[in-house]
Amino acid sequence: MKVLYFAWLRDKAGVAEEEVSPPADVRTVAELARWLASRSAGHAEALGDLAVVRCAVDQDYAQPEDPVAGAAEVAFFPPVTGGQEP
Amino acid sequence: MIRVQAEDFDIGAELEALTRGRPGVGGLASFVGLVREVSGGGSISAMTLEHYPGMTERQLERIEAEARARWPLDEVLIIHRHGRLEPGQRIVLCATTSAHRQAAFEACMFLVDWLKTKAPFWKLEASQEGARWVESRAADDDAAARWRRR
Repeated sequence: MKVLYFAWLRDKAGVAEEEVSPPADVRTVAELARWLASRSAGHAEALGDLAVVRCAVDQDYAQPEDPVAGAAEVAFFPPVTGGQEP
Repeated sequence: MIRVQAEDFDIGAELEALTRGRPGVGGLASFVGLVREVSGGGSISAMTLEHYPGMTERQLERIEAEARARWPLDEVLIIHRHGRLEPGQRIVLCATTSAHRQAAFEACMFLVDWLKTKAPFWKLEASQEGARWVESRAADDDAAARWRRR
């Protein structure tokens, strides 16, 4: 599957996009985040505190417990900060 | 209609196009969001809006459909810019047209509120102290609660 990182998660992970093949026991968004965090120190820093991370599976917002099996694209990013003045 | 673009837009031309040849339209409501110089107590020189191409359009189209389901709208227009923007520059235009003003006003406000919390955009602000990603405290808290619910 393709994994995308945005904003400061990309800065920390050191990569904007990567193709990964997680093992079969990675079933949910949270499990995928934990598995990705083990790939490098930068990944660990980006995904170390899941409280400030949000996710989309195939371009729809996803919850930590949502499945990732069969997903083509999973993205991790900070909470959105809007595009217009508050 | 959804457009996500780096280029600026012409407010007058965009609003004119929404109502041209539409005699059934009685009202047009619009909102224009601008880059504000003061942010979080400091002053910014510029900001860069990053977005998630593909997902942004998909989410904006979804919320346009939601607004159309809730209010009797003739047209919906959302133009959202990305890339580097300076204080005073336009970021977003949201406009709605309807037979009557109430639907246009309410739908426009609904769309702008939704944009703020759901559209996948992130702000990188540049100031004299350097660049920093803007954090969303309330959103952080929501996210924290979600991730803990396991």
